Amino acid sequence: MKRVKGDEDCSSSSEGPTESCKKARKLQPNLCEFGFDWALLPQEILLNIFQFLPLLDRAYASQVCRGWNQAFHMPELWRCFEFELNQPASSYLKATHPDLIKQIIKRHSNHLQYVSFKVDSSMESAEAACDILSQLVNCSLKTLGLISTARPSFMELPKSHFISALTVVFVNSKSLSSLKIDDTPVDDQSLKVLVANNSDTLRMLKMSSCPHVSPAGILCVADQCHGLRELALNYHLLSDELLLALSSEKHVHLEHLRIDVVSENPGQHFHTIKKSSWDAMVRHSPKFNLVMYFFLYEDEFGPFFKEEVPITHLYFGRSVSKDVLGRVGLHCPRLVELVVCANGLRPLDEELIRIAKRCTQLSAIGLGECEVSCSAFVEFVKMCGRRLSQLSIMEEVLIPDHKYNLDEIHWEVSKHLGRVWFPDMMPTW
Amino acid sequence: HIFLPCLSTRAYPGPAEMVGNTIHWFRKGLRLHDNLSLKESIRGADTLRCVYILDPWFAGSSNVGISRWRFLLQCLEDLDASLRKLNSRLFVIRGQPTDVFPRLFQEWQTSQLSYEYDSEPFGKERDAAIQKLASEAGVEVTVKVSHTLYNLDKIIELNGGQSPLTYKRFQALISHMDAVESPAETITAEVMRKCATPISDDHDDKFGVPSLEELGFETEGLATAVWPGGETEALTRLERHLERKAWVANFERPRMNANSLLASPTGLSPYLRFGCLSCRLFYFKLTDLYRKVKKNSSPPLSLYGQLLWREFFYTTATNNPRFDKMDGNPVCVQIPWDRNPEALAKWAEGRTGFPWIDAIMTQLRQEGWIHHLARHAVACFLTRGDLWISWEEGMKVFEELLLDADWSVNAGSWMWLSCSSFFQQFFHCYCPVGFGRRTDPNGDYIRRYLPVLKAFPAKYIYDPWNAPESVQKAAKCVIGMHYPKPMVHHAEASRLNIQRMTQIYQQLSCYRGLGLLATVPANPNNGGNGVGTTPEEIQHEAVAQAGKDPLHPPLFLGCPYHSKTCIFPKSRVKGQIHFFFTKVNLSFNLHVICPSHLHRD
Repeated sequence: MKRVKGDEDCSSSSEGPTESCKKARKLQPNLCEFGFDWALLPQEILLNIFQFLPLLDRAYASQVCRGWNQAFHMPELWRCFEFELNQPASSYLKATHPDLIKQIIKRHSNHLQYVSFKVDSSMESAEAACDILSQLVNCSLKTLGLISTARPSFMELPKSHFISALTVVFVNSKSLSSLKIDDTPVDDQSLKVLVANNSDTLRMLKMSSCPHVSPAGILCVADQCHGLRELALNYHLLSDELLLALSSEKHVHLEHLRIDVVSENPGQHFHTIKKSSWDAMVRHSPKFNLVMYFFLYEDEFGPFFKEEVPITHLYFGRSVSKDVLGRVGLHCPRLVELVVCANGLRPLDEELIRIAKRCTQLSAIGLGECEVSCSAFVEFVKMCGRRLSQLSIMEEVLIPDHKYNLDEIHWEVSKHLGRVWFPDMMPTW
Repeated sequence: HIFLPCLSTRAYPGPAEMVGNTIHWFRKGLRLHDNLSLKESIRGADTLRCVYILDPWFAGSSNVGISRWRFLLQCLEDLDASLRKLNSRLFVIRGQPTDVFPRLFQEWQTSQLSYEYDSEPFGKERDAAIQKLASEAGVEVTVKVSHTLYNLDKIIELNGGQSPLTYKRFQALISHMDAVESPAETITAEVMRKCATPISDDHDDKFGVPSLEELGFETEGLATAVWPGGETEALTRLERHLERKAWVANFERPRMNANSLLASPTGLSPYLRFGCLSCRLFYFKLTDLYRKVKKNSSPPLSLYGQLLWREFFYTTATNNPRFDKMDGNPVCVQIPWDRNPEALAKWAEGRTGFPWIDAIMTQLRQEGWIHHLARHAVACFLTRGDLWISWEEGMKVFEELLLDADWSVNAGSWMWLSCSSFFQQFFHCYCPVGFGRRTDPNGDYIRRYLPVLKAFPAKYIYDPWNAPESVQKAAKCVIGMHYPKPMVHHAEASRLNIQRMTQIYQQLSCYRGLGLLATVPANPNNGGNGVGTTPEEIQHEAVAQAGKDPLHPPLFLGCPYHSKTCIFPKSRVKGQIHFFFTKVNLSFNLHVICPSHLHRD
C-alpha cells in the first residue's frame, strides 16, 4: 500500500493518524486491500465535509495530518467569514480570537468574499472592526455587513476614522454587490467613493439610520448604480427625485424598498411624497415590495396615507389612531402584511373590516394592544379566509360579545382559516 | 459563624426501636391544610417535630431582599402559632440541611422523615443528598407532591419524555391527565393527639423563629407589610377572593384598569409561592364556585389560568438545571444582549425617566408585588423593548424583590417576556408611555409611587419631559433636575430592537421573506399543537438546512451560515485533487491553529 510521505511527519506521537489507520486496517481488511487511507480522502470530499463543520471542529481536524491541515486553509473555506467583536465588559457572547483574526488577514484576506462584522455596544469593538476593514486591501469583497448587535457602536467612533476604514473596502473591492451599513456614520462623500468603484455591481444597500447621509447623497447612488435592487433607508432620505431615479429606464427593476419612519421629537413635521412618484415606481417595477416601519406619535401621521401608496408590508411600532388605520384600508391596495403594536381605547372593528375588503392581497396580520370585538374579528377572518397565512392577536384584546366568547372564537376562526388557530397568550404571572 | 443550637442528648420518650419518631421538614408548603406528607408521617408516629432549616449567615448574603425574608418569617410565626394550638411547636434550626440532619437523626432517634416534593432541579439535588443521609441513618422518608396540581413527571411522560415547550401543548396534555387529586384534610388536634411533640423549656431560645435583625437586616423605617405572610392570612384571602368572584359572577380574565395595579386584599400569588395556600385547595374551591354559579356546567381551562401557567413553568423547568441561564440552556434563544450595569441600575432603582416604569419598580421595591401586566411592561422595557439588557439580570432583581418569584416561574416568565423561548410573536413591545396611559389615564398610580410628579397634569404625567417649562415649574418638578430625563429615545430604541429581534429569528427559522410575522419559527399558534422543538434543535436544523441548500441568496448578511452555501468551481477542485495525488508540497509550513485559541472566553 502506498502512503503519502507527508503523513510520516504527523505520526511522531503514538496516537497519530498512522496508528488509527493501522487499527482501521485491521478492522476492515477489505477496505485496506483497495488501498483505503483516511489521509488519501480526495480533497473534494474533504472540502465538502469541512464545509459542514463549524470552524472549531475544522481547526481540530486540521491537526490530524498535513493533508487535512492543507484542506483547512483552502480558499473555498474562507470565502465567507463572520467576525464577532465583543468585549467581556459589554457582551455575554464570545469573540473571534485575535490570533485567528491575524491569521485570516495574513493568509486568507484575498479569499474573503462575504464578510460580516457583528459588533457589541462598546467603542473598542467598533474600532477593532475598523482596524480589520482597513487591512482588507488585497481582497475583493462581494458582500459586507456591519452589524451592531446591541447599541449602535459605530456611531460613537470619530466619523473620519470610520469612513477611512470603510472606503478602503470600497476602493479595493471592485465588485461589491451587497452592503449593509445601518446605524453607521457613513456620509455622502463615502457613498461617492462607493459609486465610483462599485456602480456596476451594487445590488443591495441597507443604510437605515445613517444620519450623515443627505437626500442628495443617496440620489447619487440611485443615479449611478443601475443594478440596485434592494434599498433600505430612513424616511428623511426618501424624495420624489429618488423614486424617479430608481424608476428610470436604465435602472433594473427594484425588488425591495424599506423605509423607516422615526420621530425624533414629538410633533415633528414630515414631508410628503407625490402620488405620481409612487405611480412611476410601480410602473417601472410592478412587483416591488415597499416595506414601511413607523415609529411615530399619533399626531404625526398627517402626511401619510392620504393618497394611494404601494405599501406591501406595514409596521406600526407605536400607538396609531383608528383614523390612520381607516386610511390604510382606503389607500394601501397592495398591502400584504400589517402589524399594529397598539391603538387607542376604542375597538378597531370597522377599520379591520374595511382592510379585509380593500386589501385583497393581505395574507399576514399581527395585532398587539388593539381591542377588537370577537364578532368583528371573526368577520374579518371570514372575509380574508385561507389567504391569511399569519394571524396573530393577543387574547386579552379580544372583547367577547353577544355572538362569541373567547372559547368559541378559536373554533370559529380555525374553521375559516382551515387550520387550528389560537390567539396569542401571555403568562398570567 | 454558623451556630447550631445545642440539642438535648436525652432520648425522648423512650428506646428508639419501640417508637416512631417523626420529623416533618417544612420548606415550601408552609401550611397545615392539604399537607399530605405531614399527614402521612403523623400516622403511627409517637413523636412529631416540625422543623424549618435556615442559615442565618446565608440570609444576609443571599439575593433575597428584606420583604421576602419578612414574608417568610411571618409564615413561620403563623405556622408556629398554629402548631401551638395543636400542642406542638415549630423547630427553626439554624444551619445547612446536610449538616443538620445527621445530627437531628441521632439526637432525636428519628425513624421517619417527611417533606413535600420539590420539583426544581436544585431542590431535587438537595433532597437526593438528604435522602441518602436518611437511608444511612435508617430513617424512612415520605415524600408527597403537593406544591403543584399534578405530578410533573407524569405530564412529561405523557409528552413522550420531553417537557412541553408551548403553553398550548401543555394545555392539551393537561386535558389528558387524570383529575387533580383532592386536597388532604387539614391537620387537626384530633389527628395530632396520638403523637407528642417533645418541647424543652428553652424552645424559644433554641428553636424560635428568628427576627429580621438576627438575619442581619436593618429594620428601622421599614413600613408595615402590604402582604402579611402566613397560612391564616392566605385562607382569609382565599375566602375573600372567592366571595368577590361569586359577587361579580364573572370568570373571564379580569380586564385591567387603574385599580388592578394596586395590591389587592384578594391577591394570592405570594401565598401560592410559599405554599401558605395549597394550589389544589384553590383549584377545587374555584371549581365548586363555578359549578354553583354556572349551574353545574363544567369549568373551562381558562378558569385556572393563574394556576396552569405556574404549573407550565414548573414542568418546563424541572429537568433543566440551566433554566435560569441563557448560556447552555437548550430552550433559550441566544440573544446578544448588552451588558450595561449603569442602565440596569437605573431600571432596578426606578430612575429610567419614564414615570410608568419607575412607578412600577418603586411599587415592587416597596411592596414586593406588581400586577402581571406591570411585570410585562418593565420586563419588556429592560430587554427587547428598550434597554436590550439580558433577561437574566431582570430575573435576579425580581428574585430579590418579588414576593411570589419562584425559580421556575420567574425564569420562565422572563424568557417568555424577552422572547427568548416558547416562540411567541415578538412584534409587540409595550410602550413605556402609551401602555400606562391607556391603563390609568389620570395617572393616579404614578402620583402614588412617584410623589415628585404629584403636581403634574394628567396630560404630561407619562411623558413629563414633553411638558413646557412653565408646566414643569408650576408642578415644582423640573425634568432633568428633580426627576430624570428619559434614559432612552423609545422610538429609536424600538426601531433598533425590532430589527435585531427579526434578524435573530430569521436566523433561527431560516426565513428569507420580508414578512415580520413569519419569522417566528414553528409558531405554535399557527402551527397547531406540535410537540415543539427547542431553540437549540432549531438552530442545529438551521445549520443543516443551510448546508443543504446551495442557493441561499446572500441578501441577509446577518446569517452566519453563508459559509456552507458557497459553491466553488469544480475544475479548480479537480486540479487540486490531481495535485494532491501527485506530489506533496514539503515546504508547506505546518501552522496549526490551536482550537482553544479560536474563542476568547
